[in-house]
Amino acid sequence: MRHTLQTSSGDGVSVVTPPRRLRMSRELRRNLVAYAFLTPWLLGLLIFSAGPILASAYLSLTRYDLLSPPEWRGLTNYVVMFTRDPRFAKALQVTANYVLVSVPLQLALALAIALVLNRGIRALSLYRAVYYLPSLLGGSIAIAILWRQVFGLDGLINRALALIGIQGISWIATPETAVYTLVLLRVWQFGSPMIIFLAGLKQIPREFYESAEIDGAGRWNRFWRITIPLLTPIIFFNLVLQIISAFQTFTQAFIVSGGTGGPVNSTLFYTLYLYQQGFSAFNMGYASALAWVLLGIIGGLTLVAFLSSKYWVYYES
Amino acid sequence: MTTSLHRTRRPVLPSMLKHGLLLLGALVMLYPLLWMLSSSFKPENVIFKDLGLIPRPFTLEHYVSGWTAIGVPFSRFYANSFIISGLSVAGTVLSCALAAYAFARLDFRLKRLWFALMLGTIMLPYHVTLIPRYIMFFQLGWINTILPLTVPHFFAVSSFFVFLIIQFIRGLPRDLDDAAAIDGASEWQTFWHIVVPLATPALVTTAIFTFIWSWDDFFSQLLYLNRITSYTVSLGLRAFIDSQDRSSFGPLFAMSVISLIPAFVIFIVAQQQLVEGVSRTGLKG
Repeated sequence: MRHTLQTSSGDGVSVVTPPRRLRMSRELRRNLVAYAFLTPWLLGLLIFSAGPILASAYLSLTRYDLLSPPEWRGLTNYVVMFTRDPRFAKALQVTANYVLVSVPLQLALALAIALVLNRGIRALSLYRAVYYLPSLLGGSIAIAILWRQVFGLDGLINRALALIGIQGISWIATPETAVYTLVLLRVWQFGSPMIIFLAGLKQIPREFYESAEIDGAGRWNRFWRITIPLLTPIIFFNLVLQIISAFQTFTQAFIVSGGTGGPVNSTLFYTLYLYQQGFSAFNMGYASALAWVLLGIIGGLTLVAFLSSKYWVYYES
Repeated sequence: MTTSLHRTRRPVLPSMLKHGLLLLGALVMLYPLLWMLSSSFKPENVIFKDLGLIPRPFTLEHYVSGWTAIGVPFSRFYANSFIISGLSVAGTVLSCALAAYAFARLDFRLKRLWFALMLGTIMLPYHVTLIPRYIMFFQLGWINTILPLTVPHFFAVSSFFVFLIIQFIRGLPRDLDDAAAIDGASEWQTFWHIVVPLATPALVTTAIFTFIWSWDDFFSQLLYLNRITSYTVSLGLRAFIDSQDRSSFGPLFAMSVISLIPAFVIFIVAQQQLVEGVSRTGLKG
């Protein structure tokens, strides 16, 4: 290259041009290569995320049944939802109750077991694996079927109760108890937050505890003054993750209630209601509006968690 | 010194008590699973009378009758599920690795914007894109095919895994990349021969969780597959519940057990990967 430049040094233009063109094409090439790697993801973003998000925002302002063209309704869907739709209110209440009861219980159990396992116990990996197994299998239809049986009238629980002379009810078919069988199903899956807590506990330096012990701090004090504060980032992380996932629970409620959300709408989870509106009644405009409210709720909860985090989450820095 | 102090201080009895409680807890947790497994080998009239875990008398009749109980053999559902999950895994690993390499190692215009958008889609609830996606697939004539369940995976729609792999690649030393570049390797060669082999742990984690999620998926399969011959294991089981009268749980349990086998095998084989995947990223499993 240098040889070429030298021979053409008489011509000012050609001396300057080749390197510049070369540099530009290198810059262009670098971008082309990078975008080639990025293409599948970019197309996915446009076709399967960004496009549909905009489309669903539009559809939420219409009445649409998939076969005839969308009919503009302005904010009517949202107004109806918040003023004249008792099943929406019920779905919101059922889901909120489920999230508020199940997530704290699940995380408390996860933390408790993680604390026990963290203290240099033998066969740690065995316990960890066994406790994690329900989290891995829990999302399946098979487990939902099992749950239906366990808490049914002739189910495992009632058989066990019968042994001590108690006549059980059908926990699944009773409106007051049905949702709590699903709460138990979630609590049963405490294994994955437990593993995250275990990883967090390992990060806490031993010296903290040792010097606290020398200073005469008891077990209780050490727990509240060292473990909990240093673990708050992990607690926060688990909390946000589980709230988001709990709010979108669908399969278990669908199987346990046979798709109805019953008995008497007591397991009418939000996403189940969205499914019914969108794909049983084909109110796709209304279902899109429900999806946007769900996005608002999840976004809002995440925001609250983040904003409140500076008051209770301790970041070491 | 300190550890020996700890050890002498810790009495034997509480330690045994602790193990006892942990074992009891493990038993309570696993009992429903084990009971389902054992019930699938018990004769129908014994299932509900027997709370024990040892099937006596032992029978395989539920596996035989359950296999064909709803007209289409369960092997068909199994094959359908495997095809969908397999394609989802292949698509996700490939497309996410490509995007992750670009974000982690290459420089390009608008990188910050795309990166922010990628993060933004991680927490996005599936339901917001659900209805327009359904309409799109409906108009393409893709309802009742596996395309809506597999094609999106080839476009890295699970941003979460893109992020996971980016984080992993960022942790890899750059020396090898640089050496390869000096030797005249193209970006593709560097990606394929250096980064992909080194990033295998992250790719395996991605593959495992994509497999389990699409195997367990019910919601989208319920939407897109309505013909019994294209049913997956999840849909087959659900059709099974509807077709059975309440009193015969045996075949249902047998097929449920069969449906859990792939996840269980993964659990046995890749336990370490699973635990690390969860503790590093908070994957739910």
